[in-house]
Amino acid sequence: MTTISRPAERSQLYLTKITTRDLNVWYGEKQALFSVNLDIERNRVTSLIGPSGCGKSTYLRCLNRMNDVIEGCRVEGKIALDGDDVHGEDVDPVQLRARVGMVFQKPNPFPKSVWENVAYGPRIHGLATGRAELDEIVTTSLERAGLFAEVKDRLDDPGTGLSGGQQQRLCIARAIAVQPDVILMDEPCSALDPIATARIEELMEELRARYTIVIVTHSMQQAARVSQRTAFFHLGAVVEEGETGKLFTDPREERTRDYITGRFG
Amino acid sequence: MLPLTLALLLLSTAAFVLGRRRAFAVVEGETRLLHSQPGSYGQWVALWCALPSLAVVVAWWLLEPALIEWQTFAGAPAEVVELPPERRELFARDALALSAGEVTSSEPGPALRAAAGRIQRVEGLGQLSVGGLAAAVALMGLGWARGRIRPQLRARNHVEAVARTALAASSLVAILATVGIVLSLVFEAARFFALVPLGDFLFGLEWSPQTAIRADQVGSSGAFGAAPVFAGTLLITALAMAVAVPVGLLAAIFLSDYATPLTRAWVKPLLEILAGIPTVVYGFFAALSVGPLVRQLGERLGWEVSSESALAAGLVMGVMIIPFVSSLSDDVINAVPRSLREGSLGLGATKSETIRRVVLPAALPGIVGAVLLAISRAIGETMIVVMAAGLAANLSANPFEAVTTVTVQIVTLLVGDQEFDSAKTLAAFALGLALFLVTLGLNVVALVVVRRYREQYD
Ligand SMILES: Nc1ncnc2c1ncn2[C@@H]1O[C@H](COP(=O)(O)OP(=O)(O)OP(=O)(O)O)[C@@H](O)[C@H]1O
Ligand SMILES: [Mg+2]
Repeated sequence: MTTISRPAERSQLYLTKITTRDLNVWYGEKQALFSVNLDIERNRVTSLIGPSGCGKSTYLRCLNRMNDVIEGCRVEGKIALDGDDVHGEDVDPVQLRARVGMVFQKPNPFPKSVWENVAYGPRIHGLATGRAELDEIVTTSLERAGLFAEVKDRLDDPGTGLSGGQQQRLCIARAIAVQPDVILMDEPCSALDPIATARIEELMEELRARYTIVIVTHSMQQAARVSQRTAFFHLGAVVEEGETGKLFTDPREERTRDYITGRFG
Repeated sequence: MLPLTLALLLLSTAAFVLGRRRAFAVVEGETRLLHSQPGSYGQWVALWCALPSLAVVVAWWLLEPALIEWQTFAGAPAEVVELPPERRELFARDALALSAGEVTSSEPGPALRAAAGRIQRVEGLGQLSVGGLAAAVALMGLGWARGRIRPQLRARNHVEAVARTALAASSLVAILATVGIVLSLVFEAARFFALVPLGDFLFGLEWSPQTAIRADQVGSSGAFGAAPVFAGTLLITALAMAVAVPVGLLAAIFLSDYATPLTRAWVKPLLEILAGIPTVVYGFFAALSVGPLVRQLGERLGWEVSSESALAAGLVMGVMIIPFVSSLSDDVINAVPRSLREGSLGLGATKSETIRRVVLPAALPGIVGAVLLAISRAIGETMIVVMAAGLAANLSANPFEAVTTVTVQIVTLLVGDQEFDSAKTLAAFALGLALFLVTLGLNVVALVVVRRYREQYD
């Protein structure tokens, strides 16, 4: 019994959430990703680092098929979420995006009230049957995003009137409200001050108990602080990936070492 | 006048060159010692050359009529000087005509000939001496300014001050023109309201200004109740907007969110061509094609339809306004940031949900602004209505009946020869003023709405 249960426990803890095999992406004639292989593990934070233009955002946007809406973008290769191909014929990208939420670089609250912003996703997916249930979802989502205490008296004020850091947490709450499995964050702190950044980093640590998180960041310190796994992208390919601690202290590749010590990029 | 203008142009060009050269000479080629670029010194000298002599010419223009008037009667025989005012004026006009070699109203007598001779002398003197004076002033200005060029002289600032004044003067012209038009509307309308009470005009239900043609009827028996006219405008505008708003808005959504770039590159200009068709063309399209069609349709349904109907005019006007709505709405829908669309799609919303729940609400103020502008365009439109909706001032909400609008009535009131101060003609100004106030209100609201929308995304 014990000999069987231990690997099972282990796979429960570190089961691969997303597998990527031989992923190639083109924007028109120009190839942006070259044969990417990468596994994202459940309930951990994975950070994607690398110099500008190396394809981090492109990879992230493949995971919830946001590249579908870009004119002239072509994706080849296999991405599996919980073992199911996201490009499968029976997969609706709209439903996929409800499972794989996204937080963008620039906070982009809708020009609606704070409450409406968070209720938006649950409403379109019919996650609540009445106003009371929706209120419940809005409150818990805001609480999990660590914003509720700050906005509980201004739920009817426009979301665009919050501060930058509050807006970004509102966007996180908005994503959480849909009850996704995975949250993708593309440089979520690049428009924020250090205090707001620290607040969101704390939040990621709390959120990973429930969700799988992938974050793109330009800050090595941030990657080292918040993530358990790190992948280093360069020129559209994954150069190296592994445990964050290992990758930052003892990288296998010369290029990784050069990048994290700031010798190029 | 032409030789003088040419001479002034030549002189100021020369002034520019001389001033520039002088600026170089003053610092012996070390232009960085100059406060301004050498060209600015050139411009400064050219301005000193041109502006004062222009002032001389303008002063002469203003002065000449008075001089001629004075000379016409100076030394004229007493019987001419003591003529009654109208005859005096006729004499002056004849003298001027004779001096220019044109036809006079009667056989010119000796007094008239003498006056014409005096006028010729004034004009000849003017041409010679003013030409000479202007040239002299130009040369003096040139010489004086050239001599004053120093490295410390702030030539650029002076030139810019002149340019600024010229720009301000131009915008003043536009403002003054508007104010003038509004004032004339207000004063003429006030005269109308002295004849017809304001309440009768606004709330009267009968409009038949034609009965007030005879002088003994002025203001007493003509019916100036404008309600049917405004009702007609309202009906036709409503019909036009019922066509233009849905079609234009859907076209805008298609263009901004569904069309491929290639389709968009073709469809948008094609739509905008609609806006370039002269309204008179729409007018005969409405009168000759759509009007009969509407009547046939009505007859088949067993309704009484006049051959001129509000429906025909409204439909065609709606088509004409589609590009206004679609083009402006397309702009505001496009201005909704891509990040908002992605935010919604990223939450698992479909494209149509995204458009309905995020894009359109965000663009709504701008769309409202576009619609308000389109409405004021519809209210002001005349040609289509003249040709397709008729002239009968019926107070009716039935789109199959002939109606008339404010603009059409203004046209019919002013076409034909009435005394200018009859109530009939003055009524046109009252209608015009009312129309102006309505469209002004709409435009102000539209501008405020659009501005609020702009602030949201800056
Ligand atoms: N919509 C697009 N159309 C065409 N090319 C694109 C598009 N988006 C990205 N690219 C190209 O794909 C490559 C990868 O871009 P990507 O945005 O993934 O880089 P990134 O690693 O996120 O960079 P950054 O750190 O600056 O955000 C770049 O060369 C970029 O020019
Ligand atoms: Mg990026």
